[in-house]
Amino acid sequence: MTDRPESASQTAGPYVHIGCTPNFAGIEGVYPEDLGARMITGEVAGRRITLVGQVIDGTGTPLRDAMVEAWQADAAGRYAGQEGHDAHFTGFGRCPTSETDGSFRFETVMPGAVAWPKGGLQAPHVTLWIVARGINLGLHTRAYFADAPENDSDPVLGRIEHKVRIKTLMAQPEGDDVYRFNIHLQGPEETIFFDC
Amino acid sequence: MPRQKDPIMTEIPKGGYAGRQPQNHPVALHPPYRTSVKRSPQAAPISFPTTLSEETAPVFGHSMLGALDGDLLHNFGPQDQSAIGPRIIVHGRVQDQFGRPVAGALIEVWQANAGGRYRHKKEGYIAPLDPNFGGCGRVISGADGSYEFRTVLPGPYPWPNGPNDWRPAHIHFSIFGAGFAQRLITQMYFEGDPLIWRCPIVGTIADTSAVERLIAPLDMERTVPMDARAYRFDITLRGRRQTMFENRMEGL
Repeated sequence: MTDRPESASQTAGPYVHIGCTPNFAGIEGVYPEDLGARMITGEVAGRRITLVGQVIDGTGTPLRDAMVEAWQADAAGRYAGQEGHDAHFTGFGRCPTSETDGSFRFETVMPGAVAWPKGGLQAPHVTLWIVARGINLGLHTRAYFADAPENDSDPVLGRIEHKVRIKTLMAQPEGDDVYRFNIHLQGPEETIFFDC
Repeated sequence: MPRQKDPIMTEIPKGGYAGRQPQNHPVALHPPYRTSVKRSPQAAPISFPTTLSEETAPVFGHSMLGALDGDLLHNFGPQDQSAIGPRIIVHGRVQDQFGRPVAGALIEVWQANAGGRYRHKKEGYIAPLDPNFGGCGRVISGADGSYEFRTVLPGPYPWPNGPNDWRPAHIHFSIFGAGFAQRLITQMYFEGDPLIWRCPIVGTIADTSAVERLIAPLDMERTVPMDARAYRFDITLRGRRQTMFENRMEGL
């Protein structure tokens, strides 16, 4: 087998919603439901939470044409497709940012801790992927939960050199079972993005 | 006699995903593409070896697909009505960087109509909408990584960037592989389009050969006589290594 280079990314552009959430974009009748519209499909185990946020550009303006995807383990730390995972939880959410205030929102469950390849556990987290016009390669980050005691021993957080930036990965509790995770593309609060 | 390995059911190793090679990708900040200026992160991304969180991904079965999902000529308009414009077939293979087929990959596509107009309320181009064209479709790759869909050739269109910028004809692709680490959104261009090399979005990719791999050649072998021309677009995603090891040195 010969190695070949990965296909280059290109921006999702201003009309990503036509392809990825056509019902949201007003193109109805092609797909019965937008992909990733629901992460919970039945009597799910665990603590139900809502993850909300905005994607904010270098001028402080929320993006109203972005799309955010979430991928996470179930309450027991198992991913969909793994043996024993919660059959009422897809683990995958996709949300266009709102045309009015640029917010995204995932109705989900608090994920369990997930194994680290070298042993031990990663603190509960939601993988997020952000695409939009002006973003040339999809941005990968993680929302951890600011009130989770496991954060202190998380191996990913442990390798971040500039400790002052770790707070950019913390979803902050905001009322009952709601966590806010704002994503800053630039500026003093720029979110940590991963390349892994 | 040793058992012959089925070339289609290539075994996928369990090691971590090989690291992304930045030279194959666009840069985040490319001032000629003006929107990138305030939307590009400025700090270096942080690396770590892939874990279950990146090596798993949502699984999409063929049962999710409607009969016309891969037929953009017919999936929006009334029955027996077809989209307006040159009929084309787009096909190819999804493979990983080590040449293994990626089976079961969900490919979502979207595009402008033959006149270069998107069906979107924020779109203001004077070219008309086609009542029979929605502009979205999706397919799932087969066991050998192959996929195919049918559509119209999208038109080029002007866009507000520089004073006279035109996008080359293109189809947007969103691809889910077997691991979230493979997640990719890209655009396919068409052989011979003189707008490709003038485009500030294409220009975000510095490497000419990486751009060339996004240009689909006309494929006369798959062209259906008296019906539709074919274009071939192969997609390469990241691949898993044989054994688990760190792709990069600590701190880089």
